[in-house]
Amino acid sequence: MLRDVTIGQYFPGNSIIHRLDPRFKIVITLIYILMLFTGSNVVCLAVGAVYTLIAVFLSRIPLKMFWKSVKPLLPFLLITAVLNVLLVDSGDVYFKWKFLKVTEGGINISVFMIIRIVLLIMGSSLLTYTTSPITLTDAIERLLSPLKLLKFPVHELAMMMSIALRFVPTLIEETDKIMSAQKARGAEIDTGSFLTRAKNMISILVPLFISSFRRADELATAMECRCYNGGEGRTRLRQLKASARDVIALVITLMFYAAAIAVSIIFKHLMK
Amino acid sequence: MENIIEISGLHFSYPSDGDTEPAEVLKGIDLTIKEGEFVAVLGHNGSGKSTLAKHINAILLPTEGKVVVDGIDTADESRLFELRQRAGMVFQNPDNQIVSSVVEEDVAFALENLGVPYEEMRRRVDESLKAVNMYDYRQHSPSQLSGGQKQRIAIAGIIAMQPKCIILDEPTAMLDPQGRREVMATIKKMNREQGITIVLITHYMDEAAQCDRVVVMDKGTVALDDTPREVFSHVERVMEIGLDVPQVTELAWELRKAGCDIPQDIITEDECVAAIQKLFAAK
Repeated sequence: MLRDVTIGQYFPGNSIIHRLDPRFKIVITLIYILMLFTGSNVVCLAVGAVYTLIAVFLSRIPLKMFWKSVKPLLPFLLITAVLNVLLVDSGDVYFKWKFLKVTEGGINISVFMIIRIVLLIMGSSLLTYTTSPITLTDAIERLLSPLKLLKFPVHELAMMMSIALRFVPTLIEETDKIMSAQKARGAEIDTGSFLTRAKNMISILVPLFISSFRRADELATAMECRCYNGGEGRTRLRQLKASARDVIALVITLMFYAAAIAVSIIFKHLMK
Repeated sequence: MENIIEISGLHFSYPSDGDTEPAEVLKGIDLTIKEGEFVAVLGHNGSGKSTLAKHINAILLPTEGKVVVDGIDTADESRLFELRQRAGMVFQNPDNQIVSSVVEEDVAFALENLGVPYEEMRRRVDESLKAVNMYDYRQHSPSQLSGGQKQRIAIAGIIAMQPKCIILDEPTAMLDPQGRREVMATIKKMNREQGITIVLITHYMDEAAQCDRVVVMDKGTVALDDTPREVFSHVERVMEIGLDVPQVTELAWELRKAGCDIPQDIITEDECVAAIQKLFAAK
């Protein structure tokens, strides 16, 4: 059950999207998000959608996987959409009951918002689907490295993140073991009301915490034995090299952004 | 041969935590280990063998006495990283000493810390992985590996530093028999082919029997220090300390007690088989 965690799941592959420099991928994703949020009409989003679909196609990751990441947010999306439809008051009125009105403006905003959020999720999923968490951490460390000048502990944060990632499978395994051990002693973990189950989780969390502290202590000693002394003067085995491909991807993204703005300006003039 | 580890008059106490008296764990140890030696350190729980090991690369510092490794006094803080590079340490739990999610990056960890340039790092990482026979797994995640494989990765991470000496603190204690064999074979190979001094802390007597020299610790002192053959021939003394002798040695000892004419210094299965065959042939 614990093995199905899908947050930030990575699908190894060798597509052109996989091979992009992770630093560029992060920057491109940020530009993409900016594009979705500055676009003020449907045409602008259509450009974003085309861009997303091309990227998804190039990544060779099945659309099904993107549906998986959108699905958990659907109830939230629908509720907001319904509220928008009923409460926004602008344009032609299609239906009216007491203070609730269904208007053209309301429907537009709901549709617009749903598309925007879905595209947003798809784009950011694409980043985590095509970049391994450890590469992502590495890229974040390098992108944030200018902050070192402001005494921001960039290296320490990245080290913490990568150790956390390293220990996720270990701790999951350990949790499974502790659960079995507690079940063997008669603990009821899967039954009872929400509250009793939450209470019973304590019998799993306490040993898990204790063993994590022991692990952390041993790991710290092992790291010291291997001459770890912070980020100063470190070299890296993983080399990140930006190539022409990365620059081209960035330029294409910027062109799409420019196109989205241009199209929406033209569209505005036509509507007048 | 030169001495690589020189321990003289070593006393160590863990600091008291207020209510209790400081417990003296090591009570005057004198020990020298020569370059290229393969030494096993035996002792039951609480005999101070792990504490001793932690003095060799300055995880702990002596309360009294001196530890010098390859000419570096462990108390000399300015040469700490130099010392740790020359005397690497492998621990019991393979999971708790692997830092990275990718095998080759873990092997590179020490080299990254030492600021080794990329080309040389690449070469040393590949060589180390080949030396422990894990090169094909370089892109794997450690969580996909068995205990024995993880322990070999940990060893690769140490030999990448090109140390003169490796201290292994019960590296096989958490492994299955297959993993134990793999790790022992790797350690022996490092000793034989690269001439790395090995200090192996263990509680497996058959592992100790494969070493050049056995140091038996008891209550914070060195009780016995000799070749495995000599140490294990003192069966009663070893058992008095609370340790076992290798199974074949015990068998020979029991047979002798029962009046059979069998040599006292048997430590390997082959020797035992040969001696028993001789016994039958004589009848």
